[in-house]
Amino acid sequence: MVKLKQTPAAGAQEMRGACCEALMEEAGKNDSIVVINCDLCGPMGLKLFEKQFPTRSINVGIAEANACSMAGGMSAAGMVPFFVTFAVFASRRVYDQVFMSCAYPGLNVKIIGGDSGVTSEYNGGTHMAFEDVGMLRIMPNITIMEPSDTVMMKALIREMTRTYGVQYLRTPRKKTPQIYEEGTAFEIGKGVVLREGSDVTLMAYGITVCEALKAADVLKEEGILARVVDMFTIKPLDKACVLESARRTGAIVTAENHQVTGGLGSAVAELLSETLPTPIERVGVQDEFGEVGTQAYLMERFSLTAASIVERAKLAVARKNS
Amino acid sequence: MLDNQRELLERMSADIRIQFLKMFGKLGFGHVGGCASIADVLAVLYGGMMRVDPANPAAQDRDWLVLSKGHAAPALYAALALRGFFPMEWLATLNMPGTKLPSHADARTVPGIDFCTGSLGQGISAAVGICLANRLKGQSSWVYCILGDGELNEGQVFEACGTAAHYGLDHFICFVDWNKKQLDGTLAQVQNPVDIAGKFKAFGFDTQMARGYDVEDIHACILRAKDAPDAPHCIVLDTYKGLGIDFAEEQEHNHHLVCSAEQCAAAIEEIERRLKEGCYPGGMRYGKA
Repeated sequence: MVKLKQTPAAGAQEMRGACCEALMEEAGKNDSIVVINCDLCGPMGLKLFEKQFPTRSINVGIAEANACSMAGGMSAAGMVPFFVTFAVFASRRVYDQVFMSCAYPGLNVKIIGGDSGVTSEYNGGTHMAFEDVGMLRIMPNITIMEPSDTVMMKALIREMTRTYGVQYLRTPRKKTPQIYEEGTAFEIGKGVVLREGSDVTLMAYGITVCEALKAADVLKEEGILARVVDMFTIKPLDKACVLESARRTGAIVTAENHQVTGGLGSAVAELLSETLPTPIERVGVQDEFGEVGTQAYLMERFSLTAASIVERAKLAVARKNS
Repeated sequence: MLDNQRELLERMSADIRIQFLKMFGKLGFGHVGGCASIADVLAVLYGGMMRVDPANPAAQDRDWLVLSKGHAAPALYAALALRGFFPMEWLATLNMPGTKLPSHADARTVPGIDFCTGSLGQGISAAVGICLANRLKGQSSWVYCILGDGELNEGQVFEACGTAAHYGLDHFICFVDWNKKQLDGTLAQVQNPVDIAGKFKAFGFDTQMARGYDVEDIHACILRAKDAPDAPHCIVLDTYKGLGIDFAEEQEHNHHLVCSAEQCAAAIEEIERRLKEGCYPGGMRYGKA
């Protein structure tokens, strides 16, 4: 059951801390779980895991291609490997390894990409993953997710250890606003309706979920009732949820910390244009590279804020009514 | 080695060559060169060295082989069929629509193929992962890998070497098929890996050179590797691209060849003759024909 915080507030735990906690809990129950690091064990928050499970924390150094193919090999030999690095390296750098050593053979490899989109902040444009979802989404045999807070992070890590397949989880490493109460359960592939509304649906994942909730508040004051969906699984897309949202509200805004091309915006547009043409506005990065700065600055810079969502929601509603 | 073991292994390696020649003869083309140069090592591995069970190809306590040079899959398919992993009739379906046997080694459809390969450099990493997993599970299986010499151009190979050595994977035996040529020409012309054995030694591998066309020498090198503790093992197979198949050996560019059924049939006859006359696998460069 989904239990929401009354108002999203800063969490006490970092996303990487939640990831490590859940991995340790599951690794304690399942001897097959291993973590493969690429000299980012510290930044990815997995030092405690390494301390508790020294032989099951494998650091191959700065060698992502090797790590990714090794994960495939370990899976073939019956382990449940978590290949952990920054999102840019987990996608851009090892695309062929994900394909050849993990997805094509149909193995059980879990990939965690830290620093999704603007959350790479001071690492700047070179390290800003705006393409990872799009790149990986066109690959068959893969699941793509981004948790929106630590409660969901822990739940998804648990789900990943209990379901078979190549799964990519992108995530901020640090603190995010808490959206869910502890104990909320999530099902991979099922969008979470956070708020009901009749005029427009706001679909988001990751850090834009909180922005969508804020946008819904602003829209409500102006008499526009927004349905808000946390579409934390980008692939496989929850088609039923998208179609139901389109039918109920007749207009959709997607919001993502990623290029609008290839990400959730594309996925929703592809589905609806073939089945139920609906006005869609896509909030996200518009074919640009990232740059250096704080998360707040970058969210403004790339128009990923509640204000952008409000603006685009009004456009979508206007298009619906025209 | 027992008296008749050499004979048996040579028969197996001849049968591997004969079977992929039949497949390529039927198709009219194929990766003849790189299949020919690994026929002898495959005969040693599947002719008794590896602990495998054709009735239970996925047994977790088996020995593993990752054919990192995945384009030589037809030679491995031949070895697996000869060992009874799947019916011999499958071999005639190589690359046909709907076949289970595609050009590059495919673990999804072929019993006995331990990993999907074909994008070079990745197989050795997968093999290292398998070896580490076996160690964590407390299994003493041997993990073999066959790299091409041209494949050494791929930097990932050496990432994997570093990991194998760092973790002291002493149940990992990595062959390099040093057949002297890659697709566009000789190693020297394209991108020379120079001292292959020296490179593996520098990483900390227990490294040997083997006469890659001599089943007895390959066999002996594997046994020596198994006795050497604490480090991963490399056996550089001194071979020749197209080894033991004259029409393939003679061509300058023999990575992928067009070949007629008649050419292949003649090559098969020659293989049988050399076996009978005790000069198998022969081949021009070894002066044994």
